Amino acid sequence: MRVRDVMRILDATLLTGEDKLDQEIEAACGCDLISDLLAFTKARMLVLTGLVTPQIIRAAEMMDLLGIVFVRGKKPTPDILAMAAEAGIPVLCTSYPLYESAGLLFEAGLRGRCAWPQAGGDPHDACGGTRDAP
Amino acid sequence: MLLECPVTGEDFQAAGEAAARLKRTLRQLGIDAATARRAAIVAYEAEMNIVIHAFRGVLSVDISPERIEILADDEGPGIPDIALAMQEGYSTAPEYIREMGFGAGLGLPNMRRYSDEFHIESTVGRGTSVRMVINVPSKGSLA
Ligand SMILES: Nc1ncnc2c1ncn2[C@@H]1O[C@H](COP(=O)(O)OP(=O)(O)OP(=O)(O)O)[C@@H](O)[C@H]1O
Ligand SMILES: [Mg+2]
Repeated sequence: MRVRDVMRILDATLLTGEDKLDQEIEAACGCDLISDLLAFTKARMLVLTGLVTPQIIRAAEMMDLLGIVFVRGKKPTPDILAMAAEAGIPVLCTSYPLYESAGLLFEAGLRGRCAWPQAGGDPHDACGGTRDAP
Repeated sequence: MLLECPVTGEDFQAAGEAAARLKRTLRQLGIDAATARRAAIVAYEAEMNIVIHAFRGVLSVDISPERIEILADDEGPGIPDIALAMQEGYSTAPEYIREMGFGAGLGLPNMRRYSDEFHIESTVGRGTSVRMVINVPSKGSLA
């Protein structure tokens, strides 16, 4: 699924990252806590969140996320958007709440991060599918 | 190569800049994306712990072709019970910190999980020191 498909399915507005609309997304997760997001990286991932702070952009940048969707119609401030633009991460805004947004994308075939990694286990080996490739 | 970044407690504006700088440097040095990502994530968690829980500190990173060694040293209240702090879900973060998206109690477990070596020492009333090593895979072993 491409970023532009996510945009269509969630009836979302693109706030930055026009040049990234054709990036291929392979997984998504819904998180309102940063360390929860960081706990399990999967390649080519998108995050759905209601957390509109500069820190979510920073975390997304650390993880090489391919997109951020702000749910419930939450709008980021210009400084947050500028950070995302600099990091090259597309930002979408949808009026659907988190649960509905996740459901719509899941129904359209976009899967999650699979099982929670076991304590002490390798976060990259927690499930099959696309491995966190370089 | 040595990278040193000061980190200031409660400075949420600059928080994350040290980790972001590390990630950029690693990519410029030609370190593969997955390794750079692991290093960036553990550095980010360590940096945020200084911002949230300590007064001030330094994030220093020693980069060689074989390994990335990350040291997060702070002056702060210290951790009275490290075993407890290492448990998933344990957090003393106050409400206003949780509203910013922190306080899942997963930072230290993430650091341990993503690094190849992890050591933590703390003295109550003095500060905390976390040392982590990420091994850099040799070019030939990259799939
Ligand atoms: N540098 C530090 N100085 C003092 N206390 C610390 C430090 N780092 C961690 N702690 C203590 O250990 C607890 C657990 O840390 P951990 O990073 O796992 O979770 P957190 O920071 O509370 O939340 P999260 O990292 O998930 O946002 C903290 O709540 C705090 O009590
Ligand atoms: Mg933490």
